[in-house]
Amino acid sequence: MTLLIEWSYIVAAVLFILGLKLLGKQATARHGNLLSAVGMLIAIVGTLLVRGLHYQWIMLGLVIGSVIGAVAAQRVKMTAMPEMVALFNGAGGLASLLVGWVEYHNHRTPDLSAAIPIYLAVLIGGVTLTGSVIAYAKLAEKVQSRPVLFSFQRAVNLGLVLLVLLAGVIFCERPASSYPLFLVIVALSFVLGVLGVIPIGGADMPVVIALLNSYSGLAAAAAGFIIQNTVLIVAGCLVGASGVILTQIMCKAMNRSIFNVLFAGFGSTTAASGEAVTGEAKAIAAESAYYVLEAATQVVFVPGYGMAVAQAQHVLRELADLLEENGAEVRYAIHPVAGRMPGHMNVLLAEADVPYEQLVEMDAINPAMPTMDVAIVVGANDVVNPAAREVPASPIYGMPIINVDQARTVFVLKRSMASGFAGIENPLFFKPNTRMLFGDAKTSLQALVSEFKSG
Amino acid sequence: MILLIFIFVLCVFLGFELIAKVPSQLHTPLMSGSNAISGITIVGALIAAGTEGGTVGVTLGVLAVIFATINVVGGYLVTDRMLAMFKTRKPARKQ
Repeated sequence: MTLLIEWSYIVAAVLFILGLKLLGKQATARHGNLLSAVGMLIAIVGTLLVRGLHYQWIMLGLVIGSVIGAVAAQRVKMTAMPEMVALFNGAGGLASLLVGWVEYHNHRTPDLSAAIPIYLAVLIGGVTLTGSVIAYAKLAEKVQSRPVLFSFQRAVNLGLVLLVLLAGVIFCERPASSYPLFLVIVALSFVLGVLGVIPIGGADMPVVIALLNSYSGLAAAAAGFIIQNTVLIVAGCLVGASGVILTQIMCKAMNRSIFNVLFAGFGSTTAASGEAVTGEAKAIAAESAYYVLEAATQVVFVPGYGMAVAQAQHVLRELADLLEENGAEVRYAIHPVAGRMPGHMNVLLAEADVPYEQLVEMDAINPAMPTMDVAIVVGANDVVNPAAREVPASPIYGMPIINVDQARTVFVLKRSMASGFAGIENPLFFKPNTRMLFGDAKTSLQALVSEFKSG
Repeated sequence: MILLIFIFVLCVFLGFELIAKVPSQLHTPLMSGSNAISGITIVGALIAAGTEGGTVGVTLGVLAVIFATINVVGGYLVTDRMLAMFKTRKPARKQ
């Protein structure tokens, strides 16, 4: 029986690896996810064969968890996907923490090689949990998404980290008699997760979500060291590595280091953005915008978080369809950090049935930008801010952007002239080829759609 | 123990190799899919909940199973829902 269980873990690990590999390609991604789910099922069934388990409690947990997970997954709106992923992630972190806790509770006298992974699983799991919950609250706008800063914040955080490390050393030295200290470590990990994420602004959430994803994998791997189980280590490690890679990609797309994202409180200060932008933003009415679009043969949409907030992806595609009927070639340019999680815009556009082939990455669209008749910015701001190219004093200077300002005409769909995240002024709005289409993105797009239908 | 660390190190490299070239279109499904995989901690949770360990031990174990299952079931379903929308097709023109 033990052999069968071991083999189930090997098969599961292979399926996870294959699944992740297939998940990396458009054509096979769904298949890959299914393979990985089958691997999970095999690992679960294999574990249930372990001799002497009491099934009644296990089944209770499985049923409750399955119902909650399935209902949440079915009900969640695509626009709320970043929040949902954050919550699932937090649940995983909490589970790893609890696995460590149970192990410690049941076997109060572990040696060093058991105490270290228990400490790590609890610490990383706890940070993942509360960090994810804060990320969720920020994304769902339950708390303000701007960075929360207080005086001596870095000193406090550093002190906390040192404290939790010290507690870890003492705990690992004599785990048997350290139950109160263990509980302190649990509490400290919770506080650390909260304090770690509150100074990070909403627009940096893609990095945070990717990083927390990595943590949840590492917590699972630590749990694997506790129960000496290879499949946990393999799977947890794969997730940890994938999270790190996504984090790197996101940081690179913002031209900032991970330390800058995590500790700088970016966007909290009134940024000295060099000389004030002068000039006047020119507004345009939907009717006039229609005449420009009607004559256009190359149109590119640049969606941002504002599209998600306004839930404008469906009407956006409707407008794109009308433009295509009118003979224009339509593309969607996606900035790697547009939105609130890696690939956020792709999910929303896919929901609106936008063909995959029309989505273009930043590096592919930029060389073609001067040939674009119209670039339509839908709720994006910092990712199209030419200050990143032109104003060395700007906080986002050096960040790769989508160069919409090089298109012949730029329409910016925006609620008001208020600056976006970080209070960085956007010179794009004042360029001679830019026209502002003020109002809710969805309403503005709808107005354009009805112009086309009546025109 | 040293063998487990060895496996861990190898898997770090394997993970980097597997994920390094994923196109940005698939970043969200990749993230939520790998997030579901991190629910593998359910294996530890099942053992924890099924082992005799007094009220506290079992309660913590059952909670671990619940949260790990939420992570696994929710993670896979939500990833599948997203990927189902990522279809390759001709532009759906009206009329």
